[in-house]
Amino acid sequence: MADLAHENIAHAHSGETRRDFLILTAGALGAVAVGATVWPFIDSMNPARDTLAASTTEVDLAPVAVGQRLTVAWRGKPVFIDHRPAAEIKAAQDVDISQLRDPQTDAERVKKPEWLVVVGVCTHLGCIPLGQKTGDDRGPFGGWFCPCHGSIYDTSGRIRQGPAPLNLALPPYDFTGKTTIKIG
Amino acid sequence: MADERPGAGSRIIRWIDHRLPFLATMEHELYEYPTPRNLTYWWNFGSLAGIMLVVMIATGIFLAMQYTPSALLAFDSVERIMRDVNFGWLIRYAHANGASMFFAIVYIHIFRGLYYGSYKAPRELLWILGVIILLLMIATAFMGYVLPWGQMSYWAATVITSLFSAVPLVGQSIVTFLWGGFTVGDPTLHRFYALHYLLPFVILFVVMLHLVALHRFGSNNPLGIDMKGPQDSIPFHPYYTVKDLFGLCVFLLIYAFFVFYAPNFLGNPDNYIPANPMQTPNHIVPEWYLLPYYAILRSITFSVFGIPAKLLGVILSFGSLFMLFIVPWLDTSPVRSSRFRPIYKWVFWLLVIDVLALGWVGFNPPQGIVVTVGQIATLYYYLHFLILLPVIGKIERPHPLPTSIATAVLGGGASLTSVGSAPIGER
Repeated sequence: MADLAHENIAHAHSGETRRDFLILTAGALGAVAVGATVWPFIDSMNPARDTLAASTTEVDLAPVAVGQRLTVAWRGKPVFIDHRPAAEIKAAQDVDISQLRDPQTDAERVKKPEWLVVVGVCTHLGCIPLGQKTGDDRGPFGGWFCPCHGSIYDTSGRIRQGPAPLNLALPPYDFTGKTTIKIG
Repeated sequence: MADERPGAGSRIIRWIDHRLPFLATMEHELYEYPTPRNLTYWWNFGSLAGIMLVVMIATGIFLAMQYTPSALLAFDSVERIMRDVNFGWLIRYAHANGASMFFAIVYIHIFRGLYYGSYKAPRELLWILGVIILLLMIATAFMGYVLPWGQMSYWAATVITSLFSAVPLVGQSIVTFLWGGFTVGDPTLHRFYALHYLLPFVILFVVMLHLVALHRFGSNNPLGIDMKGPQDSIPFHPYYTVKDLFGLCVFLLIYAFFVFYAPNFLGNPDNYIPANPMQTPNHIVPEWYLLPYYAILRSITFSVFGIPAKLLGVILSFGSLFMLFIVPWLDTSPVRSSRFRPIYKWVFWLLVIDVLALGWVGFNPPQGIVVTVGQIATLYYYLHFLILLPVIGKIERPHPLPTSIATAVLGGGASLTSVGSAPIGER
């Protein structure tokens, strides 16, 4: 105790006291405790395990004819699958990517050229672009046209005109067979 | 430190405070607020109760984000909270055990008030507001218990709402109205959920009034005598903020023990069976904090003056709570603290034992000795408040009171020794 008292006096000269030390350590531990208490509450609002478990979708592509477009749900969002005809593939590949707002070659956006798989959510403010159904307005590039604010996508799902900043997003997917894919 | 005090710092704060004196009020009520210098740890339970109210509202709001109040989905949504929602188990266990902790704290707080005469003039309204808070808490806890829609939820809802069927003539109509149907069902669950969300904020409002009433005359104290000047008080901060904080840490250890190591100890396993309107569980008991009222209800097995047993049981059960409203006028003694009341001091502990006995009666099946004990304990409960409290005040000769808190605490000779030898002082 005598040593501590001595130390206390010594520290007092430099403006630091045992009380400062105690307040700082107690305060720091208190902050850790508050953080550890608040975190479970915040994390409880993150996707729950049942939500995460529903995050992969398997799709059988065999029935999809050339030129046909298919919409499947993945994590509650639409995923556009386009069985592209040769003309669409060529149109997508021939674009000079230096002219694009979000430059990407068609090859970077597909695993097999005849199958385009994109998230069907406009990158502007989240509407679902038209173009999946026959008779839909596909816009001047033959891809998709967003009715909300007029964003226009090409046959590779790249943004060509309108306010959207980015190309249609690519979901993670793999070919699990010749004509089956697993999204997510 | 002085520079860090609210209002002394930035010009913006001063500008705001001049127009909206919020910080100045807080500083006055939580910082300088003169508090008796002799408060013991029994005075921690008020702030603990306030903290538990906040904990219950916080955990409750996050549970509400995940819960579905429909008879078809309620049970499953609770299981989803337990299994799928991140930390859902923690938030739900904190909420469920929090209710028990809240009641334990509030009951200690109430018995503290009874021992030290905190309900006496000029704090009658403070006490009455406290009783209102207790009633609101019981209603809220009951409706919250129904929400998981297990067997105990369902049958608790059925039994408690059926209490109102004891009302003559219109009883059954009232019950149908409460249910929104002919049994406890989906409409009942929906309205209980809505009210369970509403009532805590009503409690919060009454707690504010409770605090306004408290700060009007300040806390009572173990000596039960008024503060007569600055020598009798110390500022709330840092003395009682630190003391409350230490008490909070100790309390949190107990709370955390239940949440993490015995989360279902205070619950009933039958409530993990989904509600089944076709079958009542064999042994039905309420949560521990309602056992004494339940015991009184079951103890009345006979009719008196033509009042049927069922109605009388309901009246006496509710009456055991409502009687608390008139305690300030039932107690005729001018002396607040039991330290100076040689007879009442022991009678108080008999009441504590009586209430514990009622709890034991409520927990056990109503057969044999349990019924007899329940009837005696019910009788004694009413005897305590309606006979002993008024009569003892008249016949008891209290010990001499110390002249001031300061003399008693800082060296009052004889009075200090007598204070030290009082049983509660040793705790």
